[in-house]
Amino acid sequence: MSKAFDSKQIGLFIASGIALCVLPFVVGGALGNSWVRIVDFALLYVMLALGLNIVVGFAGLLDLGFIAFYAVGAYTYALLGSPHFGIHWPFYVTIPLGALFAAFFGILLGTPVLRLKGDYLAIVTLGFGEIIRIFMNNLNAPVNITNGPQGINLIDPIRVGAADLGSPINLFGMSLPPVYLYYYLFLVLTVIVVIMASRLQHSRIGRAWVALREDQIAASAMGINIRNIKLLAFALGALSGGVAGGLFSAFQGFVSPESFSLLESIMILAMIVLGGMGNIAGVILGAVVLTIAPEILRDVIGPLQMKTMGRMLIDPENARMLLFGIAMVVMMLVRPEGMLPSKRRKAEFKDAKEAAAQKG
Amino acid sequence: MAEVLLKIEGINKRFGGLHALSDVGLTINKGEIYGLIGPNGAGKTTLFNVLTGLYVPDEGSFTFDGHNLFQAKPHVVVNAGIARTFQNIRLFAEMTALENVMVGRHIRSKAGALGAVLRDRRTREEEKAITAKAWELLEYVGIADVADERARNLSYGHQRRLEIARALATEPKLLALDEPAAGMNPRETEELKELMSKIAKSGTTVLLIEHDVKLMMGLCDRIAVLDYGKKIAEGIPEEVRKNPRVIEAYLGAAHA
Repeated sequence: MSKAFDSKQIGLFIASGIALCVLPFVVGGALGNSWVRIVDFALLYVMLALGLNIVVGFAGLLDLGFIAFYAVGAYTYALLGSPHFGIHWPFYVTIPLGALFAAFFGILLGTPVLRLKGDYLAIVTLGFGEIIRIFMNNLNAPVNITNGPQGINLIDPIRVGAADLGSPINLFGMSLPPVYLYYYLFLVLTVIVVIMASRLQHSRIGRAWVALREDQIAASAMGINIRNIKLLAFALGALSGGVAGGLFSAFQGFVSPESFSLLESIMILAMIVLGGMGNIAGVILGAVVLTIAPEILRDVIGPLQMKTMGRMLIDPENARMLLFGIAMVVMMLVRPEGMLPSKRRKAEFKDAKEAAAQKG
Repeated sequence: MAEVLLKIEGINKRFGGLHALSDVGLTINKGEIYGLIGPNGAGKTTLFNVLTGLYVPDEGSFTFDGHNLFQAKPHVVVNAGIARTFQNIRLFAEMTALENVMVGRHIRSKAGALGAVLRDRRTREEEKAITAKAWELLEYVGIADVADERARNLSYGHQRRLEIARALATEPKLLALDEPAAGMNPRETEELKELMSKIAKSGTTVLLIEHDVKLMMGLCDRIAVLDYGKKIAEGIPEEVRKNPRVIEAYLGAAHA
């Protein structure tokens, strides 16, 4: 593959690599560590969105319960690395285990919905997401497994050898706080997820997913085992959701069912749709924009109202959702294929438009 | 006696109260071009869908090249060696012509998710072989010059050819074509006829559904006639043409 890159691309690659490495220092220096934390979350959401993109963007299966896999990964890490059960397994066991559990749940969800499409699939997956959350909420009796709505706290941070990412580390005379350390860990894993997703996309499996999305009957007539290829999409999507979940757990040090609401599932789907379904660069952009933008609004809306009207007219939290909703509606009207659509998706939207124009 | 490739017996298919196929049986021999004709609604496409696993027959038996394919799933049927095209072309519209044929190689290649992610030597070589084979097939059907065009942008005749190339990519022993000449002009039909003869000569058995009776008579080794879900005749074209039941059901109705 190396021959496919010219010097300009290599230059761009190195430049973006350096930019990503110094990013936390720039952001931290200019805006403070709370913004580095937001960047960390952006990376988690990139992983989640890329996982969901395998299911929705590649294979064309609408999944509204994706956050369940994040929850499975997060709880696996939390239960096996906290004083709750007194188990303190290392991250290199619990994170892969969480990912595998999530993949297993992906297959568990995928199996009953094999025959479903579109709206029906969306409703069942939505229900599945809620079931997982409700389970987490109620599995504190008769045997206390998840500690119910109180959640699990004091979760172990990630420890690599002697280094503990949960407390500052001194390096070259600088004290790096945890948010910086986690940034690099998340960055590495995000890069791995990006490579995995892009390699899957351009493979025999990726082609089978596109074929499935475009015409299931023709795909089966090509010898593609529809059941297996769908389950594979669910499992692999869930896998990266599970990894992100484990990381979230370690990063936060606390999980509770509240973090895995339907709204989160919808947000991740919105990242994909807004960014450009099926296109990895678009999905990354969507995830970053939708993580950062609400935070900017949070900082702006309150002070702006105080300044212009002298009092809080609309609660900043509500105003944020209002603006967010408006932005989504406008986006879907103006550019339904997303900010950075894949060529194929763009063509599909164009076709649909032309077909509608011919009918009308 | 020619070697039997496909044999169905007593196939029944009902859709609610509609008895779409009743006790249909036929045998297709290795290397022949076998035609299936019949008036509209006679059950040709239904039989076709049964033979390719899209419809599950209610009763009967279905053997193909030593495999029992009764009520088998489509991918099992394709794996056994039956590939098909569709009456109303079903290409992957937003994939390029080349990619369409590459999807056809799915069943004859192995790389799984792990291979795709690791991109090891075997996967890379397989991918190369898939691409090479796809090019070869595009050349075979004569549309290599539009390999990078999106399937939906191809002309009708090219789409038909691409569908055949995609089906051939699965390395079928039996290629089943559902009305391949529909909507083609006489020149395109003639070219298609040549392509089908070429495919048959290369050793692939061809099953053909067609409305164009003249084309069928000139091309097929044997023909079966369906009417109201029943087989009313089977044999070489001359016999079938003279069969009074066929004239009554099909040609007769057309002349009336």
